Amino acid sequence: MTTATVTGNRERESLGEFLLRAPAVGPALALIVAIVVFSLATDTFFDLDNLSTVVQQSLVVGTLALGQTLIILIAGIDLSNASSMVVATLVMAKLAAAGTNGFFALVVGLILTVVVGLFIGTLATRIKLPAFIITLGTFTGLTAVAKLIAGGQAVPVTDGLLQWLGTKRYLFGGIPITYGMTLALIMFLIVWYALTKTAWGKHVYAVGNAPESARLSGIKVNRTVISVYVVAGVCFGIAAWQALGRTPNADPNQFQLGNLDSITAVVLGGTSLFGGRGSVLGTLFGALVVAVLRSGLTQMGVDGNYQDLATGALLIVAVVVDRIARRQQQS
Amino acid sequence: MRQRSLTALALVAAVAVGTAGCTVERHWGGNSTTAGSGKAKIGLVTKTDTNPYFVELRNSASAAARANGADFSALAGQFDGDNDGQVRAIENLTQQGVNTILITPSSSTGVLKAIKDARDAGILVIALDTATEPADAVDATFATDNFAAGQQQGAYVKAALAGADPKLLMVDGTAGSSVDTERHGGFLKGIGLTDSSPQIKGHTAANGDQSLAQQGMENLLQRTTDINSVYSMNEPMGRGAYAALKARGLTGQVVMGSIDGGCEGVQNVKDGLYGATVMQFPKKMAEQGVLAAVQYAKTGKKPTGFVNTGSTVITDKPMPGVPSQNTTWGLQNCWGGTK
Repeated sequence: MTTATVTGNRERESLGEFLLRAPAVGPALALIVAIVVFSLATDTFFDLDNLSTVVQQSLVVGTLALGQTLIILIAGIDLSNASSMVVATLVMAKLAAAGTNGFFALVVGLILTVVVGLFIGTLATRIKLPAFIITLGTFTGLTAVAKLIAGGQAVPVTDGLLQWLGTKRYLFGGIPITYGMTLALIMFLIVWYALTKTAWGKHVYAVGNAPESARLSGIKVNRTVISVYVVAGVCFGIAAWQALGRTPNADPNQFQLGNLDSITAVVLGGTSLFGGRGSVLGTLFGALVVAVLRSGLTQMGVDGNYQDLATGALLIVAVVVDRIARRQQQS
Repeated sequence: MRQRSLTALALVAAVAVGTAGCTVERHWGGNSTTAGSGKAKIGLVTKTDTNPYFVELRNSASAAARANGADFSALAGQFDGDNDGQVRAIENLTQQGVNTILITPSSSTGVLKAIKDARDAGILVIALDTATEPADAVDATFATDNFAAGQQQGAYVKAALAGADPKLLMVDGTAGSSVDTERHGGFLKGIGLTDSSPQIKGHTAANGDQSLAQQGMENLLQRTTDINSVYSMNEPMGRGAYAALKARGLTGQVVMGSIDGGCEGVQNVKDGLYGATVMQFPKKMAEQGVLAAVQYAKTGKKPTGFVNTGSTVITDKPMPGVPSQNTTWGLQNCWGGTK
């Protein structure tokens, strides 16, 4: 009888319930639809080189979004991730320009973003400040730091190792793959594994769903929160490396909206802004959808303002789907 | 534990103060001077105090004020577009009893009410770098004629094409901003096209962001690589566009022009990233603004209208019919010649 009821329920599983179980399905569908539409609408979009370019265009925001996913899963937010990354790019490029070993510069940049993560995580747990406020402050401060470091001059990237993620490439089935793409894939796999197969991952979801219950069941909530900001800091440092591989200069005026772009990718990827629900797979699709939209619409000759309009509309659709799914789960 | 919390709170407070503070410079000469006493008291309001262009403008104004024995106080918005911050700056300066306000308005309309209040209080208001709409909302404007600057860029690119029909990609700045609109329109006039010309093979808006310019250019080049000219609204976007062209191996067949004249942009021209850039002169704007303020304090005479502080094409490949200077001159004079 019980079994029958369960089976009966499963047969009547609503779309909302299905999306709750597999939040990456929605963004995957959106991605496929966008690719098909642009491939039909233009004769230039469906081209192996172009598809590779689109992936490369989404690498920096995608890597930022990977860290942002972890933070949003614990119901936090990081408004300072892109500015932390930009500071790291400038520090790395300046060190390299001063003749420092590229590997050393890279390590310094990574330490920098990790320290920022540690700082945010510590304030969030020890003094119980909302992440929004802390990271609003670090965002403003780091943006200024970036401009002060640069002194108005973009820093050309000359070191081979710092450019390596963008310049080294190989062919896979005719598709040009950069080492940056490979590294991003590996990072997504690692974070996916950590989130779904390890105790740490279960703690992250538990803390995001209900921190008090997590604490009562013996999870060290503060330690989990700090670890998330630190791991995210590693992602932002890698994003800085990705950025140096992509663009020829470290420039304090670029990635001005990288923080919001990363949040867009996470939300489009089906991760709930209220924490506890979502996946890095969805984020991967979310970041790709934005890059595909930009590329396809530009090739169709659509004005930039309409591109932003389309991205905004898609974002609202994603949030509405999240809401409906939650409501159906509750009823 | 409590001690640690306090330390952290102090840190937060330090960060907050560090980022919110915007007073950057002040030197008052004598004491108890009042407006109309013959001594100029000048207040400068720039868009931000981190952008090197406005730093150059501020330093030049400060130096000119010192040289002329004028009191000087500089304030800034916190970011480009911070109208509210600029309004507060104007109110503060009015309160301090300045007799001239020099302002680079964040938006051409956002601070008009505060400017009107200041003028009603008898203060001379001069717009530097960016005009207001309407232009007579201020007493006078000392700025680059951006339309003329764009036109020079267009004329250079046209001459460099040596009679070939343009096949043009355009990298615009922020859609709707007056500077962007003027440079865009000037460029098209200079090269002899209109917005509906079929010679324009595509355009992208990149908000002054190098990475967005690179991305937009990559997408445009997917559409067509049959191009011979590129418009870039400023130098960081020119660098992004160049990266995309280079990846496609197109740099040899394309003439790109840019505008701004920062030292780094001039170096880019020297290194061959783009054929030419059009230099503007913030130092002239600042110095002429200060001199006008000094004259107003002495004689009560106000400057009027739009004063073009000029723009100059910088290139190492001069074209007949397009007056220009080379990059050696450019590096000596970039944004006022401090380097």
